[in-house]
Amino acid sequence: MEKNPVISVRDLSVAFGSTRVVHDLNFEIAAGSTLALVGESGSGKSVTSLAIMRLLPERVARAGGSITLDGRDLLTLTEPEMRQVRGGRISMIFQEPMTSLNPVQRVGDQLAEVIRIHKGLRGPALKEAVLEMLRKVRIPDPEARMHQYPHTFSGGMRQRVMIAMALACDPALIIADEPTTALDVTVQAQTLALLKDLQRETGAAVLFITHDMGVVAELADEVLVLRRGREIESGTVHEVFSNPKDAYTRSLIEAAPSLVGKLGEISVPAQPVQGVPASFTGEVPVLDVSDLTVRFPVHSGFFGRLTGMVHAVERASLAITKGETLGLVGESGSGKSTIGKAIISLAPIDSGNVQVSGQRVDYGDPRSLARMRRDVQMIFQDPYGSLDARQTIGSAILEPMQVHGLAKGAEAFEKMQWLMERVGLDPSRASSLPHEFSGGQRQRICIARALAMSPKLIIADEAVSALDVAIKAQIIDLMIDLQKEFGVSYLFISHDMAAVERICDRVAVMYFGEIVEIGKTEDVIGRPGHEYTRRLLSAIPITHPDQRGRRPPPGVDVTQPRSPIKPLAYQAPAPRWSMASEGHFIRSAT
Amino acid sequence: MTDATITPSQPINRRSAFRYFLAQLNASTWIGIVIVVSLVLAAFFAPQLATHDPAHQNIMDQLAEPGSKFWLGADQYGRDIWSRIVYGARYSLTIGFFAILTALVVGTLIGMIAGYVGGRIDIIFMQVMDVVLAFPSLILGLALVALMGATLSNIVIAIAFTATPAFARIARAGVITQRDREYVQACQAMGFSGPRILFRHIMPAILPEVMVMASLWMATAVRTEASLAFIGLGLAPPTPTWGGMVRDGFDNILSSFHLALVPSLAILLLVLAFNLIGDGLRDAIDPRLKDAS
Repeated sequence: MEKNPVISVRDLSVAFGSTRVVHDLNFEIAAGSTLALVGESGSGKSVTSLAIMRLLPERVARAGGSITLDGRDLLTLTEPEMRQVRGGRISMIFQEPMTSLNPVQRVGDQLAEVIRIHKGLRGPALKEAVLEMLRKVRIPDPEARMHQYPHTFSGGMRQRVMIAMALACDPALIIADEPTTALDVTVQAQTLALLKDLQRETGAAVLFITHDMGVVAELADEVLVLRRGREIESGTVHEVFSNPKDAYTRSLIEAAPSLVGKLGEISVPAQPVQGVPASFTGEVPVLDVSDLTVRFPVHSGFFGRLTGMVHAVERASLAITKGETLGLVGESGSGKSTIGKAIISLAPIDSGNVQVSGQRVDYGDPRSLARMRRDVQMIFQDPYGSLDARQTIGSAILEPMQVHGLAKGAEAFEKMQWLMERVGLDPSRASSLPHEFSGGQRQRICIARALAMSPKLIIADEAVSALDVAIKAQIIDLMIDLQKEFGVSYLFISHDMAAVERICDRVAVMYFGEIVEIGKTEDVIGRPGHEYTRRLLSAIPITHPDQRGRRPPPGVDVTQPRSPIKPLAYQAPAPRWSMASEGHFIRSAT
Repeated sequence: MTDATITPSQPINRRSAFRYFLAQLNASTWIGIVIVVSLVLAAFFAPQLATHDPAHQNIMDQLAEPGSKFWLGADQYGRDIWSRIVYGARYSLTIGFFAILTALVVGTLIGMIAGYVGGRIDIIFMQVMDVVLAFPSLILGLALVALMGATLSNIVIAIAFTATPAFARIARAGVITQRDREYVQACQAMGFSGPRILFRHIMPAILPEVMVMASLWMATAVRTEASLAFIGLGLAPPTPTWGGMVRDGFDNILSSFHLALVPSLAILLLVLAFNLIGDGLRDAIDPRLKDAS
């Protein structure tokens, strides 16, 4: 490195009690460059950043080695000296922009407080500095926005305010701890671009903590891969991506979606069509949803008058045939989860039709509802939250069989053991409680529980999103194997394009409650037709640093986001569709 | 942090979990448990422990000083205080236990249904509970006993009535926090019936809090029973109740103050013990509350 490093970490080790969680870590970061600290949950990456900030609970955690910043060892500083370093020389951006801002203070005041403490500005100069920072992070209309509260800001805007607060005092080092993980991909792309621009302007060093190799490829100069608190591999970003030495690093890199980044064009212009046919094979689909609409009432005012409706899902139609997997993708708030919940009656259906195996589900009839709930099962995002923490897992798998009278006594018990074996769990652990299992194992339990009813369709709502990369691949492979064996169909709801690409036969894209595109996975991801799908796909991080700069920089949207809240009299315009290729339908702009 | 799935380093089975729970109980909780257990044993073995018939009067022994014949002295009718205290424990504990058991079952049921069903049922149930809660429990107990007559079962019912809203409220709050959790949705999605979800899945989650409430309210029940007896609405004499003994002792408070003091101390001891247990259980179940209270 030609320049003096801003921060230099030597032989850093951190122990909680007698358990060492970080072992002999060495790295340094030069001014203006970015080091990505990559690892899965529990790899010690966040602990490392907290050790640098000296924010670890001092009574239980011991840090050894040295952390040198500006020629001083941070580990030897007194607490008052350290307070000057925090926020002054080092600043931090957290994962959750929703909770990192104080909800009862105006955004401008929060920013002003940081600047006042560290720069000592007062009065008009302070206000000018606040405006300057908000302009720098491209908050539209900063004069008005500085007087507003955080809840009026979108997630991406809040994260930009956090970045403004982090940059306010010209720190030498910025620690960004998964700053874009909670954001939608399009917003993530904007935030990363902004961070890169600002770093170029200020020359700050960045320690970027992430689990996502795509983000690393996007902006890191150097990479350090951590696993179980130890360095697995380090080097420049090009070295690591082109020539990964460790198998673990390779698996992380390969987990990124591969179709993305090579968007093709539709060769033949799309032809307008009358409606979207549900099925092409001629056989009766396992699930047939037509014109499904879900609205939630909005009450406001002193008397709680009904003033509008949230149009969560608007006239969505889709069908899934036997043994097929349909992916439902879209950003948060697009209504993809609501569709899944509405089908199994966890959300109220406003209008529309749901058929399971050709039989219309009558949501008012308990018998029809019970039949549907046997045929359609659901797997949730958080396997721990969706299991009863006080129920043994054997009993959790047995209970649905008993409730629906599918099996009794020894027969049910045998089926439970067989199911546990099928999903890769040791049947002898049937009397254990959910907390004794790892996240991936718990998701296997949930899958076994869903399969216990011999369902025709399983709705997987972000079922692999919370899992680490390696575990995620295992669960997806398990789901594919089980599909082959049982012929079950999946409705795979996810925002994770890599997972969707891996498991789905067809994909439907949702945008503000409407399905805007549906078709075969290779068509929709490879040759997207709708403008939103293109935007969504081009925002997905690249898979190799060599691809940097190959795609147009993401624009920062200055327009207000489209609101799903509509007045009572609002009538959604009838959708118009066109067909790009066989089974690939694109919704035309209205 | 992405650490959504933190796995414990060592699997905990339920027996060691219970042992762990016991280890969480602090010294004062154990003192409370020892006191309650000794009093329960005393009540059970009252015939063996008592030196005299608790109702036997003898004018010769009137206001006898504590000594070898009457360990704690005798009252103005010459009845042995020690024997009356030991037998009195039976009434205090029985009334307290059954009153709180009734309140726990009825109140928890009302609260769980109100919390799970919601809507109009919730509003009606809880407003009725609020009306009951608006009366001080002694006044309410007094009115009920005066209305129905001071029999053992009526006193139990009266005290249970005053304690029910507390259980309804805590059960409702517990159910509402559990109701929107994902495992409840998972149960609904599998087609489980409402009662099954409520009693098999949600109830175990809220029971610890209810149990803490029960042990704290045991103290209140014992106190209410003693207060009722003190103002003359307890079990009819010559039944030895602690509250009644304090009342009788008041007539001779200047000459023989121990007549009122000894039963007062017994009441104090039992109330204190239940409070210690309640506080200790709460701390062990939810350590976060320790500093808050």
